[in-house]
Amino acid sequence: MAAPFRVSASRSSGYTPAMLRFITRRVLLTIPVLIGIVFVVFAVARILPGDPCKAALGERATEARCALFRERFGLDEPIPVQFGIYLSDLSRGDLGTSISQGVPVSDMLVQRLPLTLELTFFALALAASLGILLGVAAAARRNSAVDVATMVGANLGISTPVFVLGLLLIFIFAVVLRDTPFVLPPGGRLTAGVTIIPLTESWGLTELEGPLRIVVDFFSNMYLLNSLITGQWEVLGDALRHLILPAVALATIPLSIIARITRSSLLDVLGQDYIRTARAKGLSEQRVVLRHGLRNAILPVVTVIGLSLGSLLAGAVLTESIFGLTGLGRTITDAVLARDYAVVQGLTLVTAVIYVLVNLIVDISYGYLDPRIRLQ
Amino acid sequence: MSHEIMTAPGDTISARPANMWRDAGRDILAQRSAQVGLVILSALFAIALAAPIIAVHEPNDPVGIAEGLTAQQRGPCIRLLGCPEERPEHIFGVDRNGRDVFSRVVHGARVSLWIGFATVGFAIFVGTLLGSVAGFAGGWIDNLIMRLMDVLLAFPALVLAIAIVTVLEPGLVNAGLAIGVVAIPIYARVMRASVLSIKERDFVTASRALGESPSGILLRRIVPNALTPLIVQGTLGIASAILDIAALSFLGLGAQPPLAEWGSMIGLDRNQLFTDPHLILIPGVALSLSVLGFNLLGDGLRDALDPRLNR
Repeated sequence: MAAPFRVSASRSSGYTPAMLRFITRRVLLTIPVLIGIVFVVFAVARILPGDPCKAALGERATEARCALFRERFGLDEPIPVQFGIYLSDLSRGDLGTSISQGVPVSDMLVQRLPLTLELTFFALALAASLGILLGVAAAARRNSAVDVATMVGANLGISTPVFVLGLLLIFIFAVVLRDTPFVLPPGGRLTAGVTIIPLTESWGLTELEGPLRIVVDFFSNMYLLNSLITGQWEVLGDALRHLILPAVALATIPLSIIARITRSSLLDVLGQDYIRTARAKGLSEQRVVLRHGLRNAILPVVTVIGLSLGSLLAGAVLTESIFGLTGLGRTITDAVLARDYAVVQGLTLVTAVIYVLVNLIVDISYGYLDPRIRLQ
Repeated sequence: MSHEIMTAPGDTISARPANMWRDAGRDILAQRSAQVGLVILSALFAIALAAPIIAVHEPNDPVGIAEGLTAQQRGPCIRLLGCPEERPEHIFGVDRNGRDVFSRVVHGARVSLWIGFATVGFAIFVGTLLGSVAGFAGGWIDNLIMRLMDVLLAFPALVLAIAIVTVLEPGLVNAGLAIGVVAIPIYARVMRASVLSIKERDFVTASRALGESPSGILLRRIVPNALTPLIVQGTLGIASAILDIAALSFLGLGAQPPLAEWGSMIGLDRNQLFTDPHLILIPGVALSLSVLGFNLLGDGLRDALDPRLNR
């Protein structure tokens, strides 16, 4: 008697306490992972072989100049001291200074992360919406031409590398279709001659300083968002046209995975007894599939959408390189080639933290989607 | 009496695996995706093995320059499709340096297969070891190993691999090692789950009661029973390893010139896309087909070997 009563009592008082407990537990579980990430990133970057001084100043740099260089960037301290300094800097939002370019990594982040975020989320939206749509269509018409075509397409999509697909898309849309209305730009963010007005200018905030300025500059560098909220329609159209090919190239692998998972999860659910009951009640097939089927099949799909962010952030490195976009990914690649400790360290850390936080949000969304999870 | 008891299970055990593997083989061959995957991979393995015979030129030999081919004559030239007699036949064309693309693509199959298997082999070896120890020991050792695996999984794989390649310096073997390190948590998790589900089974308890050592139980009782998920995961893992190593090579962080590796070939000739698209498309198709082959075989293996998925 006692157990069912407890459950019903907690339900009658609303699910907020259970949900709050669930969210708190998930957030607390994320903290050790974040600490682990900081440690791994530091460990990886600091055991780099080779001399960062020679990499930054050239092979002919004198020992005296190198000594000054090491002192300036704290590279002459013992490793535990460097880790302590690193943690203390991180707590103040200081991600270090680029050795090769001499600018703070946080400044590079403000300039380059917006593009990567815009590209990643555009691709994620494309992958999730089209993937679910195709998966549902395939499951609802199992073994039909739609199903076979979707699954063959998904298998090909999963197997085609982002950089091959990206170059292929450039070849088709910028070379083969160059004299047609379907021509799309092969790279860059805006056409030469089209300029975007920063938010500080649009809103008359040119005198703004401090953290607020950084926030405004950050959003200003998201061209789609900036042009949308300030009504720069020509810029918006141009930025969108430039983002289509990179986003399609980037979205193809997650789209294929989402379509496959949606199909298999929905097929599982459509075989359940309650679906037969729903059909026996005389509900339309559309209502059975979408309301009764998809609602219960969506959990594994949400998991995959969350996990897709990892492949999207990694794919962004390649996509940005192909389409000449200076975002986070391209900056990391350039930094690796220049052996720029601080940039590799800072940007890898930021990428991993974004990934963990998005997966935390996905975890929390399970609690909303499936009440059984938050009551466990 | 005891002799009969000792031999009876022995007979059963020796009879079972033969049937089990035969049944598994039949189930695998019944899967359409596995059939297609096997055909693609058989062709790929045959090409890789026979590369020195099939390839008409050395992969790094600038034959096109010796033959005096102009920039306009780099494209594929096939006699059956009307390639003029006076022009040397190169079915996949030549690259900027006059090297025969067909020969390079054929040799690239060797490189991709070798590095794909080596990477996944390394990840399976280390992952299996860590997963076994974690599952078998339990307690703080399990916690320590699995939390470290959680942290590694918290990174987007390619981004962490790029950071590790920085440590090890760009190169094919180092790229393979980086991708291998990033893949370790997947196999550690699979192995730990298998160990946890198997270690309390009656046949393991019986082995323990008969005085078998922990390492003997792990190697003779648990590992063979955990092979199925490892084989499935490993097959799919080769596909992603080939893909990720090609991606690192494309960025200049993996295979270094003049090695004939598909990702590196695409990366080096990407600026020729507008003039010589075959330099991108041909290695691109080869790369996609290989990955497709492993993906299809992995899917087929999973459907055939995982009874929970049988529908």
